[in-house]
Amino acid sequence: MTDTLQPMNKISVHGLTMNFGSFVVMKDLGFDIAEKDIFAIVGESGCGKSTLLRHLIGLIEPAKGSICYGGESFTAATESERMRFMGRFGVMYQSGALWSSMTLAENIAMPIEEMAGITSREALDLAYYKLALVGLSGFENHYPSQISGGMKKRAGIARAIALDPEIIFLDEPGAGLDPLSSQRLDELILKLRDTLGSTVVMVTHELASIFAIANNSVFLDVHTRTQGATGNPVWLRDHSENENVRLFYNRGKTGNPSDQHD
Amino acid sequence: MEPETLLIRLSMNEHATKFPRATWQGAGTEKTLRLAGEWTLGSGEIKVEGYDDGDWPKRFVTDGIGHFDSRLPGYLMSCFRAKKKHHEGSLSGLPNNLRELMELALKVPDHHEAEKQTEHSGRLAALGTKMTSVWIASVSLVEFIGETVLSLGRFFTGKARFRKSDFRTILQECGAEALPIVALITFLIGMILAFVGNAQLANFGAGIYVADLVGIATVREMGVVMTAIILSGRTGASFAAHLGSMNANEEIDALRTFGFHPFDFLVLPRVLALILMMPLLTVYANTIGILGGMLVAWTAGITPALFWTELLSAISPQSYSLGVIKSVFFGATIAIAGCMQGMRSGKSSSAVGQAATRSVVVSITAIVVLDSAFAILFTLLDI
Ligand SMILES: Nc1ncnc2c1ncn2[C@@H]1O[C@H](COP(=O)(O)OP(=O)(O)OP(=O)(O)O)[C@@H](O)[C@H]1O
Ligand SMILES: [Mg+2]
Repeated sequence: MTDTLQPMNKISVHGLTMNFGSFVVMKDLGFDIAEKDIFAIVGESGCGKSTLLRHLIGLIEPAKGSICYGGESFTAATESERMRFMGRFGVMYQSGALWSSMTLAENIAMPIEEMAGITSREALDLAYYKLALVGLSGFENHYPSQISGGMKKRAGIARAIALDPEIIFLDEPGAGLDPLSSQRLDELILKLRDTLGSTVVMVTHELASIFAIANNSVFLDVHTRTQGATGNPVWLRDHSENENVRLFYNRGKTGNPSDQHD
Repeated sequence: MEPETLLIRLSMNEHATKFPRATWQGAGTEKTLRLAGEWTLGSGEIKVEGYDDGDWPKRFVTDGIGHFDSRLPGYLMSCFRAKKKHHEGSLSGLPNNLRELMELALKVPDHHEAEKQTEHSGRLAALGTKMTSVWIASVSLVEFIGETVLSLGRFFTGKARFRKSDFRTILQECGAEALPIVALITFLIGMILAFVGNAQLANFGAGIYVADLVGIATVREMGVVMTAIILSGRTGASFAAHLGSMNANEEIDALRTFGFHPFDFLVLPRVLALILMMPLLTVYANTIGILGGMLVAWTAGITPALFWTELLSAISPQSYSLGVIKSVFFGATIAIAGCMQGMRSGKSSSAVGQAATRSVVVSITAIVVLDSAFAILFTLLDI
């Protein structure tokens, strides 16, 4: 993160339509993510959150619409420009996607070793540090098949932050974690944002964690196949005009916006 | 401090900001760690001075630090992990945000008990391990064959459960879809046999016997062996990769918890499919191989009609059926080798690749060994 690169961690999405063949997953999505936001993508299971994430990181081409980073269009960028964008992303996949033939430390050290001026010794040290951040010190030399599901999640997060990315994308980081680990994870995300100035985009179902750390969100409505609302989750919970949004943020218990106060 | 010296210090700092520096000053537990420079991933190698293994500073001087990212806490962590017991390990004196990151990393204690011990063993022990692993492998092979036989038993008593649609897909994949490649290879083999045979036999004016040579070699050996080798590479490897990745994704465990017997469900249809398909493919391969030979013989002046008559006198139904009988055993061998490597594969993606490789090596070796055994047996029995 040197000063020569313009800040690009402001993300804006316009008129985005996502489909698989003739199946439209979501249409007309539009939202902005400011620098240093912790942005939550929420919605029912199967509504297209992971798909939206894959669009944002360029793994899938949008059917319509545009995605811009720091004012530059990502969707219209050439292959090499895209690689430059992607170099500043850190991604954790829903299933972990750890490289199964490498140890946890190697999983994290591999991208670091590619950097100029970093010895493989130092890359390993950094990997140990990242694993310690997610509470996995002692498991550096385990293979992904030898650790638990929640530990795989955390190792995936450690790998996502390997290169101190400007934008961190997390697909359900909290799923499968116990309350303490999940609280530590919230703390970690806040710390990363504060110390590295990273923007965090995460898919999550954990309402507690959404209200605790997210300051912005988009709700994908599976019924209308478009976004229900975007904005601060606490505000949406109490004041959104969209019934589905309030229902979701209140765990299905809500009347109308006026009698909702906590 | 004099204004001038301050200026000089500033400009020196300016110069030093290019690369990350860690300077340890003092001695023993009284060291001071001076951190300076750009501590970012892109800013070159770290210059460390005065560090002795196991050191941890009493004080930090951090005003020379420019930007920093994880590289700085990463470096501090590596020193912290290496520090000797008599250092307190205090973090005071670090800037707040850096200290908080360090505290977060140190919050969950090291799971030392989880760390892996790397075993150092002598050459003799390594040889012993190797031998036992060979022994274990042979035992597990016998077990696997036993399980397969039991599973076949359950099938014939109508107790085995597997999906008929799976079975049809496997039949399709290992039978019909292999037709083109089997045809290509055996046609060429038939031609090669005829070329070589004709070149030699014509010297003696015995060119017509090329039909005997091509016919007997094809139906007894080449047809079935070539088909088996093609299927080892095509079907055996695909079985191993398929079952191996199922194993890696815990899909086999999922079958088991639903009460499906993994053997009946996965291995049985594959073994049955190959036992059914191998003889059919062998008959097909024999036919195509002989056609290839016939074509070459024709160019050498032996008409197909002549070739055919000679062929019929050379091949007895008995020698024809020998090849077909062998094919049943070869089919079972390929299926068992592939399924076994897959079911026993490790859980990583490279382990799945190795399973596929091993299945091909094992089944080709087994086919050649079995074929020699058959050759000896048939010679002894004089058929
Ligand atoms: N490769 C694909 N081909 C066709 N359809 C797909 C594909 N991937 C996902 N879908 C469909 O897109 C929809 C959204 O899937 P997605 O994985 O984005 O859901 P999600 O919101 O992340 O759900 P969850 O919370 O359960 O992870 C689903 O209906 C799914 O069936
Ligand atoms: Mg998902």
